[in-house]
Amino acid sequence: MDLLDPLLLARWQFGLTTLYHYLFVPLTLGLVLVVAIFQTVWHRTGNVKWLHLTRLFGKIFLINFAMGVVTGIVQEFQFGMNWSAYSRFVGDVFGAPLAFEGLMAFFFEATFVGLWIFGWDRLPRLLHLASIWMVVLGSTLSAYFILAANAFMQNPVGYQLATDGGRAELIDIGAVLTNPVVLAAFPHTIFAAWMFAGTVVVAVSAWHLSRGQHLDTMRSSLRFGLWFVIASFVGVAVSGDQLSLVMVATQPMKMAAAEAMWDSACGADASFSLFSIGTPDGTEEIWSLRVPYLLSLLSTHSLDGCVEGLNDLQALYTEQFGAGVDYRPIVWVTYWSFRWMMALGGLAALIAVAGLWVTRKKATGPVSTWMWKVAIWSAPLPLLGSLVGWVFTEMGRQPWIVFGLMLTEDGVSPNVPGWTVLISLIAFTLIYATLAVVEFGLILRAAQNGPDAGTPGADDEHAERATRTTVY
Amino acid sequence: MDLPSLWFWIVGFLFLGYFVLDGFDFGVGMSLPFLGRDETSRRQIINTIGPVWDLNETWVIVAGACLFAAFPEWYATLFSGFYLPLLLILLALILRGVSFEYRHQRDDLRWKRHFDLMIVVGSAVPAFLWGVAVANIVRGVPIDQDFEFTGTLLDLLNPYALLGGATTLLLFFTHGVTFVALKTDGPVHAGARRLAVRAGVLTLGVAGVFLAWTLADAWTGGAPAFPAALIAAAAAAVCVLGGIIANARDREGRAFAFGVGAVAGAVGTLWFSLFPNVMPSATDPAFTLTIQNASSTDYTLTIMSWAALIFLPLVLAYQGWTYWVFRTRVTRRHIETAGAAAAH
Repeated sequence: MDLLDPLLLARWQFGLTTLYHYLFVPLTLGLVLVVAIFQTVWHRTGNVKWLHLTRLFGKIFLINFAMGVVTGIVQEFQFGMNWSAYSRFVGDVFGAPLAFEGLMAFFFEATFVGLWIFGWDRLPRLLHLASIWMVVLGSTLSAYFILAANAFMQNPVGYQLATDGGRAELIDIGAVLTNPVVLAAFPHTIFAAWMFAGTVVVAVSAWHLSRGQHLDTMRSSLRFGLWFVIASFVGVAVSGDQLSLVMVATQPMKMAAAEAMWDSACGADASFSLFSIGTPDGTEEIWSLRVPYLLSLLSTHSLDGCVEGLNDLQALYTEQFGAGVDYRPIVWVTYWSFRWMMALGGLAALIAVAGLWVTRKKATGPVSTWMWKVAIWSAPLPLLGSLVGWVFTEMGRQPWIVFGLMLTEDGVSPNVPGWTVLISLIAFTLIYATLAVVEFGLILRAAQNGPDAGTPGADDEHAERATRTTVY
Repeated sequence: MDLPSLWFWIVGFLFLGYFVLDGFDFGVGMSLPFLGRDETSRRQIINTIGPVWDLNETWVIVAGACLFAAFPEWYATLFSGFYLPLLLILLALILRGVSFEYRHQRDDLRWKRHFDLMIVVGSAVPAFLWGVAVANIVRGVPIDQDFEFTGTLLDLLNPYALLGGATTLLLFFTHGVTFVALKTDGPVHAGARRLAVRAGVLTLGVAGVFLAWTLADAWTGGAPAFPAALIAAAAAAVCVLGGIIANARDREGRAFAFGVGAVAGAVGTLWFSLFPNVMPSATDPAFTLTIQNASSTDYTLTIMSWAALIFLPLVLAYQGWTYWVFRTRVTRRHIETAGAAAAH
């Protein structure tokens, strides 16, 4: 393997920067909604504990938001830097949702974030509250456009090939924005993000409750967080089910790889494997533990449905797209990431249900030390689930950069030498790793300082006004 | 006007917005070592751009996305060709962005100094490199028949481009220092005013040479929009001069308006010189990327035109309103009260 292979390095860089960016996106998407709800409740009830919660989770949201923005810039520019052939080929189609995102959503989001942070005493109360809801709207819309662009890579629609075959040309923007993949992937992504925000709220609340601090406030946020996780999980599950149907229809190879299913099967034979061992070269299965019918049910919503296997699809694609290419993604990666995604999400939901049961009585005292610990450590589960979910989605698309249209290896910049990509890969790795440590430390501090930090008593109105307007 | 040409001007407008807006907050960042004598003045300086730096920076993201969508070939050639300078810009923007958010998170002077340094470097590097990049675009770089950049980093570091970098660095610095003068009181305000005058004089010299060089190239290259470039350059010069005079007379509101004019004039000069090309090839004029051969299809440009027509005025309205909401000065007393409250 050539260590200075630009393709390999560009792929690693894309994977690294994308997953790193995605460490921050779910918390931004989810926590802004939580903060908006808290502030609305405060506005409606006048109960100051909701203001304290707004401030506390608002602070965590902002520490995180900054990282989301700066790492997002890298995402946009690396298409041109590392994937210029891809950019030339799809720019006409792929660029439009990105431009829409900028013009309609991103400007909006960034502007109203500033107004919310600095506007506590400059804006009328209701307008200030509206600002945070504008951020909710902007960030959610932003996610929609980005996912629509991504959906084109999974399932290209609304385009035609130019007469010389040199590029994909947009012919129907409506089709691009209502791609069945984005219609399913958008709710799935958003609900997963909300779920993560919920577990973060639960963890912060549990940490304080386990120490007997801010009992009334933290009990409210704990119960809120648990309900929020469960409600979001229902959304994740329903949309995930829809997404897998779309996936089978549009990218059967991805589903076959997710199942490590080598041969096509129907009905009882289309079983869902809980665990599977294959030969080292990955072409055959040695042993697996299977649940009959389940895969057929998941993929087609019927007990006697048929699911195509890797070998048959490889034969089909060889005929369709030409020989000499392995059209199968790396099976063990897709197989395990698919499972871990579901397991992590399911575990987080189970913990939330248990938590809701345990805390059902009005008691605020410690339930049991280990239970608090479980609640605290459940925080990263949905995030890890989302991350492996993205690994699954993107690795399952390989070897295509745009499914059926362009291979990943053809999308890389032809004129960028490996050492250049290596420099940027090292630079991003170092900076991202350092910032991750700093950011995590800051969020932890903010969470542990709790609702009182930086919130002077309401009696000291003048001082409080000054604190609010001079944030930095 | 045909759609690709319209988008040439819209992309130009978005980059202009970016350079005018992030331009002054680069300048504010760079002014820290000159004007931030103590922690209070540093906080005063940083808080002048607190509510707006983030939305200013979004302009580059939107400009980049629109460049991608409207001119995929240009986007691909530019960003793969100018790889290392762009990498530096990205790293600088990352470090600078998080520094604003992180410096105030701990009450520890060493922690704050650390992030102050990153703000200074993170502001100066993009301020310089954006100039280098744009100057190279206008001047032309080695491009082959497949529109691929074939040069090296050294091709990008030519005297004209370096002068372009120095021009944007000084222009943004002056622009930012003027903004500090406009938004503060006390010693920071007085210091900023004096510094803006001196920086303005230096800018006038350097930018004058750079714009004259640009015009000379445009003239010999037979740029069709040469008269417009000439007018823009003259306007830039008048605005820099006007800014110096206004700052000297303590009219910083007017001085800031002149600063906006100066940046607009400089960007205008470059854009008019470039028209109707988007990235000339130094290898062979036949390989030059033009508005026509680099653009997306009319369908894509049509729907984007509708989006821009509806949303750009809206963006200008709500961002303008944001500046109005935060129009008051960041006073020294304000910071001190906030400091007392934090210790409360």
